[in-house]
Amino acid sequence: MIQVEKLCKRFGELEVLKGIHCHIQPQEVVCVIGASGSGKSTFLRCLNMLETMTSGDIVIDGDRLRDPRININDIRTEVGMVFQQFNLFPHKTVLENVMLAPIKVRKISKQDAEKKALALLEKVGIREKADNYPEQLSGGQKQRVAIARALAMEPKIMLFDEPTSALDPELVGEVLEVMKQLAHEGMTMVVVTHEMGFAREVGDRVLFMDGGIIEEEGDPEQIFTKPKSERTKEFLNKIL
Amino acid sequence: MIGRFDWAGVLDFLPELKTGLYYTLLISIVGLLIGFFLGAIFGLGRVSKNKFAYSISTIYIEIVRGSPVLIQAIWIFYALPLIIDFNLDSIVAGIIVIAINSGAYIAEIVRGAVESIEKGQMEAGRSLGLTRRQTMWHIIWPQALKRMIPPLGNQFIISIKDTSLLSVILVPELIFQSRNIAANHFNAVEIYTTVAVFYLAITLSLSLILRIVERRLNVN
Ligand SMILES: Nc1ncnc2c1ncn2[C@@H]1O[C@H](COP(=O)(O)OP(=O)(O)O)[C@@H](O)[C@H]1O
Ligand SMILES: [Mg+2]
Repeated sequence: MIQVEKLCKRFGELEVLKGIHCHIQPQEVVCVIGASGSGKSTFLRCLNMLETMTSGDIVIDGDRLRDPRININDIRTEVGMVFQQFNLFPHKTVLENVMLAPIKVRKISKQDAEKKALALLEKVGIREKADNYPEQLSGGQKQRVAIARALAMEPKIMLFDEPTSALDPELVGEVLEVMKQLAHEGMTMVVVTHEMGFAREVGDRVLFMDGGIIEEEGDPEQIFTKPKSERTKEFLNKIL
Repeated sequence: MIGRFDWAGVLDFLPELKTGLYYTLLISIVGLLIGFFLGAIFGLGRVSKNKFAYSISTIYIEIVRGSPVLIQAIWIFYALPLIIDFNLDSIVAGIIVIAINSGAYIAEIVRGAVESIEKGQMEAGRSLGLTRRQTMWHIIWPQALKRMIPPLGNQFIISIKDTSLLSVILVPELIFQSRNIAANHFNAVEIYTTVAVFYLAITLSLSLILRIVERRLNVN
């Protein structure tokens, strides 16, 4: 589903990704952990081209991102993204947030978009807030709307960049629950998260990033209980 | 002191002042409408990734901001007809002056407002597959527009007062009328003070309208 080879990314002088190599299978749930600044977000953002890679190769569902003929917007409709800060559109209602892209990008009719949006809001348990504006929602509700908004494009892959880090602790669960459900339905997911419980329960694989490379990867149980690398051990000691 | 002024005498000149008010309003309204469109276009040019659009916008804004309105009026009324070989009516020239001048300042207001929208908004739009243009139009612009209202109000008031300089290109607006009247009747203080009240009435009404618009937009 996703093949990443020798991915490098630099911002000016700063080399942030130094050769990332990873293959992600369809329906796989991959959790990415690592210290702040290790390049997790940058890696995720390269996958939907919010950042352009400096060198290397990424293939998403058969499309090479380096290929000048590909349409970047087509790729993005296949790859949904959920941000730490939600990034809902504050001037639009919850329903409009979810309906916008299907209407403008997929060119489906307003009625169809609305029907689908309501179904998705139902699915993330927030249908009753359809006519509210984002500022009237709690953090957990906002993030669930953001997930519904991304799902409305029917992506094949979902990227989550620390989706629960901006939430009050008591609101984390409701968002993870939605993500868990999504994983069970077979969505291919790449999740940057420090929720070890989620990684263990839902994750098929954990990548530990350190200084712009994947320092260690493996089965969640193995990484959390018997990490091989000293760096991984150090990191886990700090956060657990 | 007050007794030495002939305030009642001002009433004799109401017809002239009314004509002046008409042209002041006409040029302000039409000039600012066009100025708003210029501002939107060149403001978006300033935040564009297109080097050409960016450079043209920057040059336009810098020239206008760097030269006095009075001189811009003289360029447009006296020099431009020589270049385009077409005589401009002073009123048309006046509208162009206000449009071009306010357009540059409004462009900076547009740029500031667009840049003040969180980066995550553009990223969220793009990550959904919307083009940059679609994201601008549906997501960034509506939010920016709301933030532009206070500085726009400010610029509208400045431009309305700038129309008073258009008497140099013979636009028959308020100041032009006042000067004619005062020159013949030696009542400069009375006439100009009356006209100042006119300007104040216009700018206060504008402030009021903008406050209402702002409140309306904040409701939802
Ligand atoms: N747009 C950017 N310009 C310059 N430096 C950046 C940019 N984005 C990220 N960085 C830098 O790249 C490094 C990795 O950032 P990031 O991928 O956000 O790490 P993480 O998500 O693991 O915390 C950091 O040092 C950060 O300052
Ligand atoms: Mg990050």
